[in-house]
Order: sequence, then structure tokens, then C-alpha cells
Amino acid sequence: MSAGRPAGRHELAARALRLGFDGVSVVHDLDLVVPGARTTVIVGANACGKSTLLRGLARILRPERGAVTLDGREIRTLPTREVARIVGLLPQQPLAPEDISVADLVGRGRHPHRAWARRWSDEDERVVADALAATGTLELAARRVDTLSGGQRQRAWIAMALAQDPDILLLDEPTSFLDVAHQIDVLDLLCALNRGRGTTVVMVLHDLNLAARYADHLVVMAEGRIVASGPPAEVISVEIVREAYGLECRIIEDPVCGSPMVVPVGRFHTDRPAASSGSGGGGVGGLLLPGPAAREGGEHQ
Amino acid sequence: MSARGAAVGGGIARGARRARLRRAHRVELALVVLVLGIAALSLSLGAYAIPPADVLRTLLGDGTGREEFVVLELRLPRLTLGVLVGAALGMSGEIFQSVLRNPLASPDIIGVTVGASVAAVLALLVLGLGGVAVSAAAFGGALIVAAAIYLLAWRDGVSGARFVLIGVAVAFMAHAVLGYLLTRADIRDAQTALVWMVGSLSGAGWDEIVVVAVSLAVLVPAALVLCVPLRALELGDDTARGLGVRAQGARLGLIAVAVALAAVGTAAAGPVAFVAFVAGPIARRLVGSGPALVPAALVGMAVVTGADLLALHLLPGGIQVPVGIVTGLIGAPYLLWLLATTGRGEAR
Repeated sequence: MSAGRPAGRHELAARALRLGFDGVSVVHDLDLVVPGARTTVIVGANACGKSTLLRGLARILRPERGAVTLDGREIRTLPTREVARIVGLLPQQPLAPEDISVADLVGRGRHPHRAWARRWSDEDERVVADALAATGTLELAARRVDTLSGGQRQRAWIAMALAQDPDILLLDEPTSFLDVAHQIDVLDLLCALNRGRGTTVVMVLHDLNLAARYADHLVVMAEGRIVASGPPAEVISVEIVREAYGLECRIIEDPVCGSPMVVPVGRFHTDRPAASSGSGGGGVGGLLLPGPAAREGGEHQ
Repeated sequence: MSARGAAVGGGIARGARRARLRRAHRVELALVVLVLGIAALSLSLGAYAIPPADVLRTLLGDGTGREEFVVLELRLPRLTLGVLVGAALGMSGEIFQSVLRNPLASPDIIGVTVGASVAAVLALLVLGLGGVAVSAAAFGGALIVAAAIYLLAWRDGVSGARFVLIGVAVAFMAHAVLGYLLTRADIRDAQTALVWMVGSLSGAGWDEIVVVAVSLAVLVPAALVLCVPLRALELGDDTARGLGVRAQGARLGLIAVAVALAAVGTAAAGPVAFVAFVAGPIARRLVGSGPALVPAALVGMAVVTGADLLALHLLPGGIQVPVGIVTGLIGAPYLLWLLATTGRGEAR
């Protein structure tokens, strides 16, 4: 599957997709084309249907209407093992039997590639070693999964998904329960996979600012619908944040990389007028986007 | 990223895999030796003690008439049935516990084997049947109870905790029915029916051994084929589906085989307590991780034959009891120990 494969060759899409549980729809007639070889991040308030959408894309939920397609073919009509060689999934809180080692866990990612009773091939070995190396878990290979720290465990699970050698990797909140340093660690790892191998990454994230930094394509959901999608700089606005989260905020430029950064207002902390915040940048209709010069001049003098 | 890229020398994953398989093979070999040791003792010990060398000679067809009668007609059937029943129950328990990801999900805890007992006692006391018909009833009872639990536990699929809770409730109901039937029964009938309360290897005959052996010859290979997706299924349903496993279908197939194994074992020897429950965890601890179907079957053999040896010859005062009483005496403290030492994840 992997040999000579052009990066992002496969296209995952949802057409008029309706997903729900027990007759209550959670995702309503949603259209989405996942850009190949890019990082797509799905954000939205709790219960907006973002995890449901991801599970629908991963064919774990059966659509009530519409379809998820892989290269134009309805994913439910394709053999599930064949799909598994193209689309990998890391669920939100994966559970491992407590007694297995990291190498064993990652090796199980080879499942869709292995015929029954076939020996462990050089290809299996190479892909697993690659996955361990790419995630920095080589030296953890012999450790039991339940002895790892949260960040190490998440990297081991990502290695398991990579051992599947997927062209498209779906991840449901891969940074939940991690401290901020480990969140960056995991997101950098996914960014490296995307840029280095051309793996299409689709993930659900809670942190809007990290989403804006790491996404090439940001999908904002509210009440089961997409309210905006596109490059983060075009998508994030005070109005969209209000619509998706019901939150008043200001938007500044991420001082590190220039992506939009959402600063919530809340009830108890004064929303200082733009002028008195020290940054001389011009706010437009509540949207404050100071230029780099103004930011540096203002904040640190 | 090219497939032609040099395979990693030595191979970290291959090394770990080989080490795991090697350890499993060593454990299996040790268990086989243990079972052979127990077998040698079982065939030698008794009111008419025969030295192991003479036992071997008799097995090879060169014994005296008396030796042949004692070894081939009295002791060997009992031992063989113990081996087969232990294998069936041990493998069944390991499949249940792995598939439902819950150490309490073994057929003797969730009412599958009690269901067999109820059906057998019904056939015995109410319908007045005997022999093979009672065993057939036991087999059917296990299947019916298991199907009932599966259907009651079904809610957009079957999950471990719900399956276990419903199974425990069903087990209590079955125990109540069993108690009712026994209190209403004639005292001599009740004595016969008692075997279906505790499990016993006495009365083992070659006819039923052949039935059990043929059943296992079908079910064990089926279990080994069906357990291929089990390694993915152990990682949770969503992960397994992401890996291309049809989670519910794979689980249903595995549970069906595990139920059939438990039903065969119970139909032949009654509900030998706790064997299915302890075999899996012991096997996993020995080989390091699961799923450990073959080691669990071997542990089951060792537990049943070892407990029977104990039940026949080694109890104080020379009393003899059914094997199920001894396995219960071993198993209950093991359950307590497991509950006392269970770490966070395991009880989920």
C-alpha cells in the first residue's frame, strides 16, 4: 500500500451526512471534503457533534442519511480491511490490556495488512520500526503500556496507528488529559508526520488556539453543522467564536507564528478598550489584529 | 518510506515478537510436563497402587489383567475426561475474559454453566431422563442461557460490564431454580442430581469421552482461527474497527465458540467450579500477556486433573470428594486475591 504512494492520494469526504443515536441526529446533512496531505482540525463547543463526525468519517457510525466516501466510493460498501489500510483511527480514550508491551501494541497496528497465519514480514518489521522511530518510542518498545506516562502512552498509540501505514489518520482529541508541554509534543509529532510523509491528518481538538496554529484547514462546528471552514486566519473571527461557542472574545495574532489567537473575555475580567491594552493596533468591529511592530512596541516597554 | 528500504537489522518488533512467542512456548512446554506428571500420579495412586513403570507398560498393552482393568477402565477414563474438560473450560474462560475485556466474564460466573446444570437437573428429575440425554440437556441449557444473556445485554452491541451484570443476575436465577428442583426431589434422585451442583469426574466412560473429544476437535481449531482478530479487539471496539475488524461479528463468533466449549465441558462433568475463571488470568500471568488460548487450556487441564488428584487421594482422613469441591476451594480464595490486588485498568 505504501510503496511509492503519492502523498495524500486518497480523498475522504462526507456528502449530506447525517449521523445520530437512537433517532436523534447529532450531525445534520453535512458536506465536507478533507484536503489531501494537509492537516484538518475540527473544533466546536462540547456536544456540537465534532467527535461524532470523526467517528462517522472513520465508518464507526452508520450514517442515517448521506454517505462518507473514500475516493468517491461509499466507504460502507468497501471491504473494511481495505479501508483500514488507507484510513487509520486513534479513538479518544483507547484502552489497552494492561499487560502488553509497547512493541506488542504497535505490532497490532499491522492487523489489516496481515493475512491469517502469515509470518511477520520484513515489511511489517520496517513499518513498525518506522512508527516507533517517528514517534520517539523506540527506547520504550519493551516497556509495558501501563507503566508509561500520559504523553508516552499517547505517542505509543500514535505509533500503533502509524503501523497501520495509513494515508489518512483520524484522531479524536489526541491531546486530552495531557499537560501543555505534552500537547505541543503530540501536535508537533503529527505536524512532522504530515509534512514529512504527506499523511493527511484529521483531528478533533478542544483548544481553539492550538487548532488555529496547527491546522491548514480549520472546520468550526456548531449544533451538528459546519459554520465555517478554511485556513484558520480566514475562519477565526469574533463572530464565528460567538456563534460556535457563545463566547465573547478578542482575537490577536499568535506572537510565535502569526496564527489567530482567541482571547476570551468572560464576566469578571474587564474588557479593556483596545487603546489602553498597550498595543496600538487597530481593532475593527471588535476584531483586534495588531501588527507585529505594534505588539512588540506595546507589550514590553 | 519506500517498501524497498532496508529492513531494520535485528528488528526491534520482530525481536519482541519472538521473545513473546518463545516465552509462550516455554510456558506451554512446562504446563505439558506438569499435566504429564499429574497424569502419571493419577494413574499410579489409589487403593491398588501401581508404580509408574508398570503403568507405562500397561498403557503400551503389556499389563496384567488386573492392572489393565484398574488403569484402562478405572483411572484412564477419569484422567482423560479431566484433561478434556479442563481444556474446554480453560479455553472458554480465556476467550470470554478477553472478548469482554473483563476478568469476571467467565462462563462459571455469568451463569452459562449453571444454565447447563438447571437443564440437566430438569431432564433428570422432571423428565426422568438419564445418561446421554441429560448431557445433551446440559449442553442445550448452556446455549439457551448464553443466548438469553447475549440478547438481554444487547444495546447497540454488547459490552463487557453489562454482559457480566446480566450474566450474574441470570446465574442467581438459575441457582434459585436449581435449589427449588433439588428441595422438591426424592432424596435418592437428589443425590444423583448433586453432581450437577458441583461437577465431578466420577462415572467417566469412553463413550462420553469420544463425544467430548470429537467436539473439541472441531471447537478448538475454530477458536484458534476466530481469535486472530482478538488481538485487535482487545484494544477496544473503536480501535478494532479502525483496524478493519468487524467488532460485533468477531465478538459474536468468539462468544459462540466459547459458549460451546463451556457447554461441552459442563455437559460431560457438571459445572466444575472456577476452572474457566482462573485459567485465563493464570495463563496470562505466565506468558506475560494475552490472548493466551492454548496456555489457558493447558492451565485448565492442570487445574482439573490436579484438583481431582487432590480430591481422590490427598485430603486428610482419606475422604474422597467430587473435583468441583476442590476447584471451588482453590478458586474462591483466588477470586478474593484477584479482587484485592486488581490494579486500576483490569476490572474495567
